[in-house]
Amino acid sequence: MSDLRDLYQEVIVDHSKRPRNFGKPASVHQHADGHNPLCGDTVTVYLTVEGGKVAEVSFEGRGCAISMASASLMTEAVKDKTVAEARAIFEHFHRLLTGKDEFPDDALDKLAVFEGVRDYPVRVKCATLPWHTLVAALESRAEAVSTE
Amino acid sequence: MNAVVVATKAKRPFDVARIRADFPILARTVYDKPLVFLDSAASAQKPRAVIDVLSRTYENEYANIHRGVYYLSQKTTDAFEAARETARRLLNAREAKEIVFVRGGTEAINLVAQSWGFANLKAGDEVVLTELEHHSNIVPWQLLRDRTGIVIRAIPVDETGTLDMDAYAKLLNPRTKLVAVTHCSNVTGTVPPIKEIARMAHAQGALVLVDGCQSAPRLAIDVQDLDCDFYVVTGHKLYGPSGTGFLYGKAELLDAMPPYQGGGGMIRRVSFERTEYAEVPHRFEAGTPNIAGTIGLAAAMDYVMDLGLDAIERHEAKVLDYAHKRLSEINSVRIVGTAKDKASILSFNIGEVHPHDVGTILDREGVAVRVGHHCAQPLMDKLGLVATVRASFGVYNTMEDVDALCAAVQKVQRFFG
Ligand SMILES: Cc1ncc(COP(=O)(O)O)c(C=O)c1O
Repeated sequence: MSDLRDLYQEVIVDHSKRPRNFGKPASVHQHADGHNPLCGDTVTVYLTVEGGKVAEVSFEGRGCAISMASASLMTEAVKDKTVAEARAIFEHFHRLLTGKDEFPDDALDKLAVFEGVRDYPVRVKCATLPWHTLVAALESRAEAVSTE
Repeated sequence: MNAVVVATKAKRPFDVARIRADFPILARTVYDKPLVFLDSAASAQKPRAVIDVLSRTYENEYANIHRGVYYLSQKTTDAFEAARETARRLLNAREAKEIVFVRGGTEAINLVAQSWGFANLKAGDEVVLTELEHHSNIVPWQLLRDRTGIVIRAIPVDETGTLDMDAYAKLLNPRTKLVAVTHCSNVTGTVPPIKEIARMAHAQGALVLVDGCQSAPRLAIDVQDLDCDFYVVTGHKLYGPSGTGFLYGKAELLDAMPPYQGGGGMIRRVSFERTEYAEVPHRFEAGTPNIAGTIGLAAAMDYVMDLGLDAIERHEAKVLDYAHKRLSEINSVRIVGTAKDKASILSFNIGEVHPHDVGTILDREGVAVRVGHHCAQPLMDKLGLVATVRASFGVYNTMEDVDALCAAVQKVQRFFG
């Protein structure tokens, strides 16, 4: 059995209490809304992409510690990355949360703290919601993203 | 209340240790910790008596009902119809035919909306709900609204979760045709004054539907004394099998209602030109019902009646009071729902910690609670909340369960403090 500390690592608790890059920027270029109808978590991701790179990224939302920390750490992870790199990080991240034998990849850096989430299958969606919303913002899809 | 309601007379002393021994699942552990089950409002655990009746039925006395001429079919039919009498006793209904078996509370309310509602309501007629309602007592009326153009109104609640009865009085008018109200909120535990609500509705010529999904396992109920027109009970919260439940309706109302679903078992004679429907209650029981489940539900009803609903109510009130007191002593805990009349359902939040995180941490301590909006989003919106943590108590819960809950809540505080 995994210990609760494996899930609620210090970094996660810290980012959930003091989320980084939180708030709506003065001018919005691309954005998307995400929603988890199961638990009511909501997140909006704001993006500015310049020259194929994520120049600005921030978010707003309400949700559990896992989803808020995931959004916060996501903004740090993808800032200044190319769109292709950002997508690749999400792919690694997704495998980390769902794959049995995956080990944190160097590319994941701080995001490795979410490794413990895979022992809590009902919470995987909490961690991936901000990322699905980021992808929607990258594609600037108009409709809201739902985890369902 | 009627002093001689049979259902409330206990046949055995209320001994929690012995009651716990009746529920096999309570002996198990989760994550190597004893199970502390505080989610009976979502679905209650089942006593051995119910489990045994299910297997006895399937092993010994099972066949389809109301059809066969052979021994087993007759035996099974008798047991199924005996369940109707048991349900009548539980609610102190006048006649067993006033009990219609359905698959649960949701189906019972949809039945009333689609059968009685569609036959009797027209555009502009008003249905009064309350802000306490579960989605299953909101959405069926919205579906009916889409078909008929009825108007839906809701009695407001205050911040304690108490219904505003003055506002209710003002909502009532000659267009009001139905008041549909819960007998116990599944979020705040609020127990509205049903008798008063019914009296006021009837004075306006409106009917009253009571959602008893949460009250039937917790309170002694007498539908004649309450004078409600419909009463809804779901089986799985009443220590019975899932996929069972029943609707009580006053005989003269049921007699006048068209069928809800069409199929076998609800007819007298079918030709392609014309079908004659069966008498009440069979008119509303199309198709093969949950036969064994309903017989199991009767065992569950016998179980709670043997304990005595009054005794259950007293026991759970004690556990609830203790939980209120202990949780209030924890600084960061804010209790949601402090109505004066309240049954054993307790919602709360811990500081700014999201209920889902609370649920996960409690779970690892073996404490099973429900977190989320509890299928009552209008109430959440009204109270300005996204979600709550909900502990709900049943016949088997003890003061020690409350202590375990509080210890786990302290642990949440340590994590997020
Ligand atoms: C107050 C209330 N009404 C209705 C229901 C619906 O019952 P069921 O899911 O058994 O159909 C529930 C249970 O979820 C409830 O708590």
